Amino acid sequence: MNVPNERKLTIARAMAEAVAQEMRVDDGVFVMGEDIAALGGVYGNTRGLLDEFGSERIRDTPISETAFIGAAVGAAQDGMRPVVELMFVDFFGVCFDAIYNLMAKNTYFSGGNFKVPMVLMTSTGGGYSDAGQHSQCLYGTFAHLPGMKVVCPSNAYDAKGLMTAAMRDDSPVVYMYHKSLQGMGWLATEPGATVHTPEESYTVEIGKAKVAREGRDVTIVSVGMGVHHALNAAAQLEADGVSAEVIDLVSLVPLDRDTIRASVAKTGRLIVVDEDYMSYGVSGEVIASVTEHDISVLKAAPKRVAYPDVPIPYARVMEQFCLPNPEKIIAAYQEMNAA
Amino acid sequence: MAARKAAAAPNVSAEELLTYYRDMLLIRRFEEKAGQLYGMGLIGGFCHLYIGQEAVVVGLEAAAEEGDKRITSYRDHGHMLACGMDPNGVMAELTGREGGYSKGKGGSMHMFSREKHFYGGHGIVGAQVPLGAGLAFADKYKGNGRVTFTYFGDGAANQGQVYETFNMAALWDLPVVFVIENNQYAMGTAQKRSTSTPELYTRGAAFGIKGEIVDGMDVLAVKAAGEKAVKHCRSGKGPYILEIKTYRYRGHSMSDPAKYRTREEVQKMREERDPIDHVREMLLTGKHASEEDLKAIDKEIKKIVGDSADFARNSPEPALEELWTDIYADAPTEGAV
Ligand SMILES: Cc1ncc(C[n+]2csc(CCOP(=O)(O)OP(=O)(O)O)c2C)c(N)n1
Ligand SMILES: [Mg+2]
Repeated sequence: MNVPNERKLTIARAMAEAVAQEMRVDDGVFVMGEDIAALGGVYGNTRGLLDEFGSERIRDTPISETAFIGAAVGAAQDGMRPVVELMFVDFFGVCFDAIYNLMAKNTYFSGGNFKVPMVLMTSTGGGYSDAGQHSQCLYGTFAHLPGMKVVCPSNAYDAKGLMTAAMRDDSPVVYMYHKSLQGMGWLATEPGATVHTPEESYTVEIGKAKVAREGRDVTIVSVGMGVHHALNAAAQLEADGVSAEVIDLVSLVPLDRDTIRASVAKTGRLIVVDEDYMSYGVSGEVIASVTEHDISVLKAAPKRVAYPDVPIPYARVMEQFCLPNPEKIIAAYQEMNAA
Repeated sequence: MAARKAAAAPNVSAEELLTYYRDMLLIRRFEEKAGQLYGMGLIGGFCHLYIGQEAVVVGLEAAAEEGDKRITSYRDHGHMLACGMDPNGVMAELTGREGGYSKGKGGSMHMFSREKHFYGGHGIVGAQVPLGAGLAFADKYKGNGRVTFTYFGDGAANQGQVYETFNMAALWDLPVVFVIENNQYAMGTAQKRSTSTPELYTRGAAFGIKGEIVDGMDVLAVKAAGEKAVKHCRSGKGPYILEIKTYRYRGHSMSDPAKYRTREEVQKMREERDPIDHVREMLLTGKHASEEDLKAIDKEIKKIVGDSADFARNSPEPALEELWTDIYADAPTEGAV
């Protein structure tokens, strides 16, 4: 169906548009990363920027993450507003010190004298048989460490607004985009991510979750790709007369606990869907937000549909078995009701 | 086609040349087959082919002795075949099957062989370099006279950990050959766009490590350089750097259309510098082999590769119980934290 004036963008294009619009009004912004300039990024999310802004502001870097991410922290403290990409979240190990000890702590350790206004963007997720050094989400890893905000869009509208908000934010923001939502030809893309995206600049508030679908019987909380699994499950549950509410966290840090609590207070049931490893992560945190606050709202023990605690295997059968999907969400609901 | 100097009857035996021809051709055909299987959806993820770079591993393996070790990046199929790993096991890992070297858990980028002293393909750029020093350290400690070939790319040469490793390897006189496979591109980045000084073989100078540049399209030149490097390491003089100039014909991975370079550039390399054609010419002009002999080899290789593809398709999918094995050295831990 074609809606007049509809402007459907992929997340990748929405990100690039947000960056371009901010760059036009803020000279302090520059973008750097591996293959982000001439190639336009592995996922196309910096495409077109080099042509418009030139190589001084859109910089390809050597494969020297410790150096260029550390340099971004320095430049940010010196009043610049770097947007930095490292194409897979799995690769951050090599430069993690600059991130969690410097980027995330220098505001605090300078007693607020220095700010670190940078955006660190990276892709997450698997599902296409790329094994355990190229398929992780690591949401919990970043969200666990205080001092950096963490956002994760599930669709192009949010992707653009979050990018603009992240670039204007004076705190470091880790911007995590799921590969299956990007709209890359070589990678299957969830169609629900490609949505109407206004041309003018706008922000989506960091720290505010969204009710992606309203319902009465169960709350399904997720982020990124998981939101689409949740919406899909909700549609199937509806056919069985079950009304599921879907919460898109949008932002992991700050975490909008109020929206989660309000929803579960209404539905009495909670399922958390997370493509990151199960233990010590987002799913546990979301559940704790509810149970610590008021356990009496729960009609059943909460459930998690998350990646098991195993390194992500290559073999398709194994990986697909581990990934969250709508069927697992429905099964979780049924188990919850049977209990 | 531009004639090459090396084509003028060098001082090598027919047998030796035939071995190189066979080994390089095996890699070439294996990779072509892997590309086909990828196209058919039998191989997933990113699959990084080694086509064009065959002379590097074949030349260096000719300089290695039994027990020497090797470790490399994700572009690892050629290294595995060259050190004698079973094409069936490699191909079956590419298709993610039980019969693969990592039982389907690792895939294209992550395979190992204790028997062939192959310490892995690694997915994180540069990460294997310190590991290579560690292998060499263990050998030096044990006093077993072994040498480790630590391979990495021109792009990886810009990782800081490479230089930490250079320093330590030189400080401790570790028997490690650092092999920089300079195929001139790191994904879409031409080497000259990412390095302040393009001569990678000089990068060890600050640490007192000798290095040299080698024509990586000439298997004999690679072998000769390898022998020199290995001799240096084995005699207790510490590490050695070989910057091997080579070229990858295909995209960075199967999903890369390689728009950052011209077709002509690739075509020129293929036509003028192909490492397999080079040996082929030497064999023919030196009358070491006839067209028929070479055809017979082609056929033999075709069969090995075809069999590996059959094996890789017919090997069973891994059992799901295997998900929970090998996470820790001890017993499986399903669901446990
Ligand atoms: C730490 C890290 N950064 C970035 C990447 C993404 N990446 C994979 S391969 C590659 C290019 C490496 O080029 P080079 O070292 O020349 O090896 P080649 O692919 O040419 O064999 C990049 C940037 C990665 N895997 N790990
Ligand atoms: Mg390279």
